[in-house]
Amino acid sequence: MNLTALLRIALRALAVNKLRSALTMLGIIIGVSAVIVMVAVGAGAQARVEEQIRALGSNLLLILSGARTQSGVRLGLGSNYSLNEGDAFAITREIPGATAAPAVRGGAQLIWGNANWSTVIYGTTPEYLPVRQWTLAAGRTFEPAEMAGAAKVCIIGQTVVKNLFGATDPIGQSIRIRRVPFTVIGVLETKGQSMMGTDQDDVVLMPLNTARNRVLGSTTLAKQRAVSVIWVKVDDGLDTNAIAEQVRALLRQRHRLQAGADDDFSLRNLAEIMAAQEASSRILTILLAAVASVSLVVGGIGIMNIMLVSVTERTREIGLRMAVGARTRDILGQFLVEAVTLSLIGGLVGTLLGVAGAFAVALLAGWRVLLSTNAVLLAVAFAFLIGVFFGFYPARKAARLNPVEALRFE
Amino acid sequence: MAAPLIRTQGLEKTYRLGDSEVHALAGVSIDIAEGEFVAVMGPSGSGKSTFMNVIGCLDRPTRGAYALGGQDVSALDADALAGTRNRHIGFVFQNFNLLARTPAIENVELPLIYAGVPAAERAARAREMLGRVGLAERVHHLPSQLSGGQQQRVAIARALVTQPLLILADEPTGALDSHTSLELMALFQALNRGGMTVVIVTHEPDIARFAGRVLRFLDGRVVRDEANAPLDAGRQLAESVPA
Repeated sequence: MNLTALLRIALRALAVNKLRSALTMLGIIIGVSAVIVMVAVGAGAQARVEEQIRALGSNLLLILSGARTQSGVRLGLGSNYSLNEGDAFAITREIPGATAAPAVRGGAQLIWGNANWSTVIYGTTPEYLPVRQWTLAAGRTFEPAEMAGAAKVCIIGQTVVKNLFGATDPIGQSIRIRRVPFTVIGVLETKGQSMMGTDQDDVVLMPLNTARNRVLGSTTLAKQRAVSVIWVKVDDGLDTNAIAEQVRALLRQRHRLQAGADDDFSLRNLAEIMAAQEASSRILTILLAAVASVSLVVGGIGIMNIMLVSVTERTREIGLRMAVGARTRDILGQFLVEAVTLSLIGGLVGTLLGVAGAFAVALLAGWRVLLSTNAVLLAVAFAFLIGVFFGFYPARKAARLNPVEALRFE
Repeated sequence: MAAPLIRTQGLEKTYRLGDSEVHALAGVSIDIAEGEFVAVMGPSGSGKSTFMNVIGCLDRPTRGAYALGGQDVSALDADALAGTRNRHIGFVFQNFNLLARTPAIENVELPLIYAGVPAAERAARAREMLGRVGLAERVHHLPSQLSGGQQQRVAIARALVTQPLLILADEPTGALDSHTSLELMALFQALNRGGMTVVIVTHEPDIARFAGRVLRFLDGRVVRDEANAPLDAGRQLAESVPA
């Protein structure tokens, strides 16, 4: 007995009880569409994290000034300017494969014409851009003379451009930062949100000395040549953790810390943090898919239930088929095909619904979703296996009936 | 003389009902030759249904031998028995046992599906059989659209379509009125005249009178085996129709 014949018998049997068949499929439909939507949402979240890692720049170390203890009270990180620009230059100079960019950070109000905007100021060096893997959309970066002379020049981010200049080309324009006039020499490319959700494009970059002397305006800062953070980029192909340890050793030596004393700075391996976050979002995806799979299994139990009812209802039909020559495998095949047909139709409808649902989630909740062919194929294959698995027991029960008793069954 | 179509020797069938054993068949040795028309009679519980199940290869005897067409089938496994039923035996049941919501022609095709006959040939043979039982105009009707007599004709067409060695009918007229029963018996007699071996299980003496030989069962044994001058169902039918 060939598959087409079995399929026709199955479809006819399912068509006899349309409502029952539809309700049985519903379990599989819900299961498959849930798996597809969940995996799409999870994969979307994962893709976002991966994108953030790329935006941040891989192999990145972040060194923050350490905590300061004042009269026995430990203040938070950054309360003490334990880092200075010399540390950054030393890292670049002495550790091969590491490029460091020191920065001081502060806030300021910007004014251009009758527009004004409050943003974040970074005083830094030209290395900041390659370290952050950031490029200029227009203009140029700082020149050595501007660095040394604390020139009043700045590079602005896209959010600043939008809020201050609108459609006007900002290059060469003069903006006032805390009443000091600055010339805009460059515009940054869009970088998007950081992993914390802050707008990385809402920023103004200026030479380190300019920021310390003219904008953030602290003489002690200037004297110590202190910086609040140092970004360190590790060249591709090098072990970020090994470089991090070299940086730590170098800084401890420069800061003359005794063995056993705490670091007076905080060193963070951002790539590692990101990787951990990526791993957790991947686990979340798996978890979501697993929860959705449970509903698929429940759907399978529904199929088994209905197939058992069907076998009982059709005992006489089974007896007749046996009387006219159906062998064990013919009856087994017939009911197995029926169960698999239920689960496969459910799987296909569930796929359509799941794809539509993923788009609906993207549209209504604004979440990023990522549909993959693999996830869809996997869900349908899983539905198929559910049909075989849960259909086998009722089918075997049918195939093992005694023809005499089956024919006499009332 | 050729070997009989059916030869049973010391056929026994024992069921276990709780602690007691029920001897449904207690030693039945019978020969049925090709071309016979046999009626099997007896009260309920006499073993006639068990006898039919065994010679129909639906059931295996507990003891004894059964040869169908010269081949011993009492030791075959379930799938081999299914093949034997498919090729050599045509069943007709009291309640027709047609597949509901399935057109007449597909009901008739059913044994051919299990015989592995290609679709086109199946349809042609099923159509021809329906024509022979007088249902050429009802090929695509559903059982629910046919009368009882017509449904039983579909069942007979289904029994004949594999060109079996014998037709086994279990109370074929049990669900039909007397006129339709007569029509049906006329059909069986016509088939028998064409050379088909027919075995009918019935408890109605009126029906048994159309057979050429009557076997009476009691308590699992054949208590009487007698030849009978059969009535002609076709003639009776003609006479019963008011002029």
